[in-house]
Amino acid sequence: MNTQLLLIQVFNGLVNGAFYAMLSLGLAVIFGMLRIVNFAHGALYMLGAFTAFALGQALGLGFWPALIIAPVLVGLLGAALERTLLSRLYGLEPSYNLLLTFGLTLLTQDLVKQVMLSRFAVSSAPYSPPEALSGVVNLGFVVFPKYRLFVIALSLVVCLLTWFVIEKTRVGSIIRASTENPSVTRAFGIDVSKWVTGVFAVGVGLAGLAGVLAAPIYSVEPYMGAELIITTFAVVVIGGLGSILGSVITGFAVGVLAAVGAAFYPPIANTLVFILMFVVLLVRPSGLFGLPEGAR
Amino acid sequence: MKTKTLTALLLTTALSSTHAQTLSDNGIKVGVLTDLSGVYSELSGQGSVKAAQMAADDFMKANKAYAGKVSVIGVDHQNKADVASNKAAEMIDRQNVDMLVDMPTSSTALAATEIGRQKKVISMVVTGGTTALTNEKCNKYTFHYAYDNYMLANGTGTAVTKRGGTSWYIIYPNYAFGQDLNRQMTAAVQENGGKLVAPSDATPFPNTDFSTYLLKAQSLKPKIFGTMQAGNDLVNVVKQYNEFGLKKQGIGLGIGLLFETDVAALGQDAYAGALATVPWFWNFDARSRQWAAKFEAAFGKKPTWAQAGVYSATMTYLNAVARAKTDTSDAVVKELEGYSFDDFFARHASIRPQDHRVLLDVHTVQVKAKADAKEPGDIFTRLSTIPAAKAFMPLSESKCKM
Repeated sequence: MNTQLLLIQVFNGLVNGAFYAMLSLGLAVIFGMLRIVNFAHGALYMLGAFTAFALGQALGLGFWPALIIAPVLVGLLGAALERTLLSRLYGLEPSYNLLLTFGLTLLTQDLVKQVMLSRFAVSSAPYSPPEALSGVVNLGFVVFPKYRLFVIALSLVVCLLTWFVIEKTRVGSIIRASTENPSVTRAFGIDVSKWVTGVFAVGVGLAGLAGVLAAPIYSVEPYMGAELIITTFAVVVIGGLGSILGSVITGFAVGVLAAVGAAFYPPIANTLVFILMFVVLLVRPSGLFGLPEGAR
Repeated sequence: MKTKTLTALLLTTALSSTHAQTLSDNGIKVGVLTDLSGVYSELSGQGSVKAAQMAADDFMKANKAYAGKVSVIGVDHQNKADVASNKAAEMIDRQNVDMLVDMPTSSTALAATEIGRQKKVISMVVTGGTTALTNEKCNKYTFHYAYDNYMLANGTGTAVTKRGGTSWYIIYPNYAFGQDLNRQMTAAVQENGGKLVAPSDATPFPNTDFSTYLLKAQSLKPKIFGTMQAGNDLVNVVKQYNEFGLKKQGIGLGIGLLFETDVAALGQDAYAGALATVPWFWNFDARSRQWAAKFEAAFGKKPTWAQAGVYSATMTYLNAVARAKTDTSDAVVKELEGYSFDDFFARHASIRPQDHRVLLDVHTVQVKAKADAKEPGDIFTRLSTIPAAKAFMPLSESKCKM
């Protein structure tokens, strides 16, 4: 293994890291604010990719409009789910929302598969990157697809923006207050349940955005989120449940680690994240960036 | 006088009953054990069930004595070995199935044929690839149709290496099928004077991101990037092979196992120029086209080679039953062993008695660019045909002890 290949893999790992970061960020926001373990996150990510594909097929819309429209649609669906289903489970045991979101995942996957097979006659569809971003660019040490560079850049911007809004702005403080102490916040005349719905919508909208970004890299198929979501949950746990900064940094780190690991010893690529989770939980049970339970 | 008539009557009944077929529960039931819901459902699945049904219908039309006596059921094995075992046993014990066919994925094929062996029911594996079926795991009741890993590796490895693809870097999915195919492909490349620029890499299975290996290929600069992935994993490999621009960097693509549906999933331009080996394709010649047109009229889609193979295997079995005049497995096996035939799918075909490998002509093909396609679904250019006698593992190498 030479140093150049190592460097290449570190860089390459940032791409997968970008997806882990965006997905775990959404999960962390939703868990941190609403205490919902959203197992449907992977299915909503897939819906983002599928919506982009379907918009292209049905309306001839390209990648750029889809990049805006698909996450908004997924976010709206999220809001509807939160209003009609999830909101009825607040105050019940967490296993209820876990079962509900898991059921939603199975339902969504099969529904999309049916639609794809009957409407488009495929169960796995290609999706091309936009013209401006197709092709490769020679970075000196590696020839790399332009589109993947774009994914790294955009996800960094999105992650930073989300962190900034929640931690540094007035909107963020309202959200945090609404979830820390709903009754006091309500006393200030703030409609807490609206904010909760909004946070959920934005969280799953991030998953939808990740899905659109993934469509040109992976093939669009009903089960594309199923595998990814398991790694993403591990990322959330390593980063510290609910920690926004933790999920972003861990997301990128795990992506890099997996790519480097795969180059050295391919069979370990998918296991590495769980080994890391094991070690971290032994040393810091609340995760790398998580606060101990008592300190919340 | 009375005794005479009685004897005559008795004689005629006895004679007519020896003429008639003796079928268990007065019928032949074909069990299509396949993937009806998962990743291989498009290349086999309902299309395989339809193909077997077409074979049953054609057989009954041609053999009036069997009219109304052949039926077909399709069962989902979900690509899981334990499910395949259970379903095979259930079909045989409870539904009186006389023959199992299709069986995509090596693990389910091995599991189901083991049940067939125990219960003395003939299995014709069409879509499973492992050579173990005609080697370590061979048995009296298992027949291997259409293709296997040796034939794929031998065909593609030889063709690609001889066309100048002398240096390879190979990746394979880390399970029975991929390990087997990698071994066979490596051997075929080396036997033809090619070399591996680095040891093959085993990738996780299933896997979506192959960028690590594509970047490694960039730095290794082999002439051929060999992928032993199948189904959706293959689709992702090829998509990313194009994304990373490997073709422009002069790195060709060698594919272990390719189905028409994998090409359809990405569009044929993504595969254009890639070489593969197939036992059949729908527009191979007039006979193939004729059958394919019938299939398309019945099913609404063009057949994959797996589905065409299921028709052929089912028909071969039914013809053996007709010759044996019984569906007793031992008698049918006797009819199948050493049998030579030729149909729209299996050309110059014969069944090797020693290991039950069904030998047939196979073809190395190159995927056409979209612009070169003369009609929808015209995806393969035939480069060469490997005659039946040379396409498969020679008997001298077989580990089969039947």
